[in-house]
Amino acid sequence: MTTVDFAAWSCPVPLRDTPAVVMGHGGGGAMSAELVEQLFLPAFGASPDDLGDSAVVTAGGARLAFSTDSYVVKPMFFPGGSIGDLAVNGTVNDLAMSGATPLYLSTAFILQEGTDLAVVGRIAQAMGLAAAAAGVRLVTGDTKVVDSASGDGVFVTTAGIGLVAPGVEIGPRRARPGDVVLVSGDIGVHGIAVMSCRDGLSFGTSVLSDTAPLAGLVAAMLGSGGDVRVLRDPTRGGVAASLNEIARASGVGVSLAERDLPVPAAVRDACSLLGLDPLQVANEGNLIAIVAPGAADEVLATMRAHPLGAGARVIGTCVADHPGMVVARTALGGTRVISLPIGEQLPRIC
Amino acid sequence: MKYLDEFSDPVLARRLLDQIHAVTTRPWAMMEVCGGQTHSIIRHGIDQLLPDGIELIHGPGCPVCVTPLEMIDRALAIASRPGVIFCSFGDMLRVPGSGRDLFTVKSQGADVRVVYSPLDALEIAKSHPDREVVFFGIGFETTAPANAMTVHQARRLGIRNFSLLVSHVLVPPAIAAIMESPSCRVQAFLAAGHVCSVMGTDQYPALAAKYGVPIVVTGFEPLDILEGIRQTVVLLEAGRAEVGNAYPRAVPPAGNLPARAMLEDVFEVADRTWRGIGMIPGSGWRLSERYREFDAEERFAVGEIHTDESPLCRAGEVLQGHIKPHECAVFGKECTPRNPLGATMVSSEGACAAYYAYRRLELVSL
Amino acid sequence: MCLAVPGQVMSIAERDGTLMADVDFGGVRKDVCLQYVPDATVGEYVVVHVGFAIQRLDEESALQTLANFEQLGILEEEFGAK
Repeated sequence: MTTVDFAAWSCPVPLRDTPAVVMGHGGGGAMSAELVEQLFLPAFGASPDDLGDSAVVTAGGARLAFSTDSYVVKPMFFPGGSIGDLAVNGTVNDLAMSGATPLYLSTAFILQEGTDLAVVGRIAQAMGLAAAAAGVRLVTGDTKVVDSASGDGVFVTTAGIGLVAPGVEIGPRRARPGDVVLVSGDIGVHGIAVMSCRDGLSFGTSVLSDTAPLAGLVAAMLGSGGDVRVLRDPTRGGVAASLNEIARASGVGVSLAERDLPVPAAVRDACSLLGLDPLQVANEGNLIAIVAPGAADEVLATMRAHPLGAGARVIGTCVADHPGMVVARTALGGTRVISLPIGEQLPRIC
Repeated sequence: MKYLDEFSDPVLARRLLDQIHAVTTRPWAMMEVCGGQTHSIIRHGIDQLLPDGIELIHGPGCPVCVTPLEMIDRALAIASRPGVIFCSFGDMLRVPGSGRDLFTVKSQGADVRVVYSPLDALEIAKSHPDREVVFFGIGFETTAPANAMTVHQARRLGIRNFSLLVSHVLVPPAIAAIMESPSCRVQAFLAAGHVCSVMGTDQYPALAAKYGVPIVVTGFEPLDILEGIRQTVVLLEAGRAEVGNAYPRAVPPAGNLPARAMLEDVFEVADRTWRGIGMIPGSGWRLSERYREFDAEERFAVGEIHTDESPLCRAGEVLQGHIKPHECAVFGKECTPRNPLGATMVSSEGACAAYYAYRRLELVSL
Repeated sequence: MCLAVPGQVMSIAERDGTLMADVDFGGVRKDVCLQYVPDATVGEYVVVHVGFAIQRLDEESALQTLANFEQLGILEEEFGAK
C-alpha cells in the first residue's frame, strides 16, 4: 500500500503560488499561518515559539501579557454585538489566554470618508461599555481617515496589556498526553450570527453572537488551583484551528468525541444549510482549556459555577498517538481527522 | 433539524450495519455516484464500519470536480472583464484554472461574489443595471432547475444585464460511460437522491438492465446511505439487476414535473467534457435557442482556450473509480487542498479532498 | 453533489409573479422559491437546494422508513432468539 509522507503535509507549500494577498490570508487557517511563519517571523527575527494569543514579556520586574488585533468585520453590527464589542473583547480575551489580568487597551480607527458619524458613535459607545464590563481602561488612541475608495466603513485596531501573576504558566506548548480538553460553552455561535446577515447569504436566525470578555472566567479557573496548561479562544478558524495549533505546538495528538461537542441546534442547522463544519466556525465568547488529568473535575466545576462557563464540558483528551493531529470519533463509531481550515469559510452547494 | 437528526441515529445505524453484515456473503464493489454521499460516508466514517468485502468506489458526482479546465479559464477571463460582477457558489472559488483561481482574480481587482442561490445573482443584476452580472451555472440535475428558473425570470422581467455561464452535467450518461470503460469494476450504483428528486427514476431501469447492475436511489444522511448499501447488497446477492429506492421520502418515481418542464424549456442536451474523464456525448445541458441571448459564452466572446492539466494528477482515474485518492503518487505531497493539482482535491466533496481531510490517520499508518 | 435539506414552510407569498415561501430549518429561516412545488402548503416540509424547493418531503414515507429500520432490528433479534 502507498505510504504517505506525513512530513510533507505539515510543511505548507511556499507563498510563491499566491504572489498577491488573497482573502484567505486573513482567514485564521493554514494560509494565515503561512503568512506569519514564512513572511513576518523571518523579517522580524522572531521565533515560532513566540506565537500565542498574546506575548508574555518581562518589564521592570513584572510579567506583562501584550497583544494586538485588527477588526474588519462585515457587517459592523450583527445580532448580539458590533465591531466595537469585538475590538475590546477580542483583545481582552487574547490577554486572558496567557493567564493575564487585562488592564489597559489602546485603540486606532481607520475611517472611510463619508461614514456616518452616528455609526462611529455607536461603535465608540459599544467599546466604552465593553471595556467597563471587562474591567479594562481605554487609555490611548489614534484616528485616520482614508478616501472613499480605500476603506470600507470602519476598521478598528486595539492593543492591550495585562499582568501575569507569578507562577502562572499558560502556553500552547504545554499540553501532554493524558491531559483533558475542556470547552467553556457552545461552539460556532458567533460565526453563524455574523453570517446570517452577510450580503448574499442572509438568513434569519435566533442565534446571537457570544462576544464576551473571558478574563473573569480565566481568573476563576486559575484560582481553582488546578494545573491549567493551555488556554485558547477559538476565534477565526474555530475549534478546529485552535486544537490543531495546540496539537502541533505541543507535539501531542488530540482525540475528540463528536457526540460530546456542544453545538447548539440552531448552529448545527445553519451549518447543514450552508455546508459548513461547526468546528471551523468562529467563536468570540468561549475558550478551550487543556488541563492536567487530575485537575479536570475541579477546573470544570469552577467553570460551571461562572456565568460564562455554565455550559462547560469535556470534549476530548490529549494522546500520544498521531502527534500534531486532531481526530474525532464520529457518532456512528468511525473516525475522522479534523483539519486545520485552509482559508475563508465558504458556503457550499454540494 | 427534523428529518435530518432522525436519519443520523447511531442506534438505528448499528442495526442497519448488523443487517448489512448479515446479508453480505462475498465481496462487492459499488459506486456512490454523488460527491455529497462521498463526503457523508467519509465524514461519518461509514466506510470503516462496513464488512471488509464491501468496497465503495467514489464516483464523479461532484460538479466542481468535473467542470472542465477550459470552462474555469473562461470563467476567469469573464470575471476579469471591467464592469462584470461575477457570481458563483462558494465551492468554485478555489478551483484552479490554468495557473489561478477565482480568489486570485478577485485579489487582482475583479468583482467576484459568493452567493447562496442564483436568485441572489439576479437580485444583484437588478440593483446594478449599469453592470454585467454573470452567474457560474454549474451542477447536476439537482441544481439545474434553480439556474433554469433564474434565466427564465431574467427573460420574463427583462433583466438584460444578467447572463449564465452554463456547465451543467447529467448523471445517466456518466453511469453509462463508466460502465462502458473496459477496466470498470463497478457492480452496482447508489444513485444520487436529490438528482432523482428532480428527474425521477424512469431513466434507470434501462441502464440497470443494459449493464446488469442494481441501481439504488440513495439519500445523504448516515441511515439513508446505510439503507442504500443494504438494499444494494440484497439485490447483488440475489443477482437482481433492478432499480430500488432507499430515499422514497424525497424521491417520487416521476421526480418533479414542473421542474422537468422548465428544464425542457430552458436547456437542451449537449455534449460535455468532464474534467478528468473526457468528452461524454449528450452528458450536459446548454441554454436552448429561446434563451441563448442569456448565454455568457455568447455575450463575452472569450475565444479559443487551450489548457493543460497537470501531468501528475490522476483525478480521472479517481473519478472513474480505478484508483483510490491515496494511490496517486502526488496525493498529500505536491497535491493538497491548499495547493491542488486537480479539482478532486479542491471541493470538499471531491474524493481526494475528503480523503485528505478525514482519512490521513489510517493512510499514515498503512 | 447537491446539498439539499428539509425545511418547514411557514408562510407563502407571491413576489414579482413568483411563488416564494418563508422556510424554517430548525430555527434558521430562509426565503425559498416555491415555484417547483406550487401545491405545498403551510406546515409541510420541502427539500431545499440553493434557495429552491425541489421536492415535497413525504412525511408518511419518512416515518415508514424509520419504522422499517426499527423493525429490521427487532426481526433480527427475534430471529437470533429462535
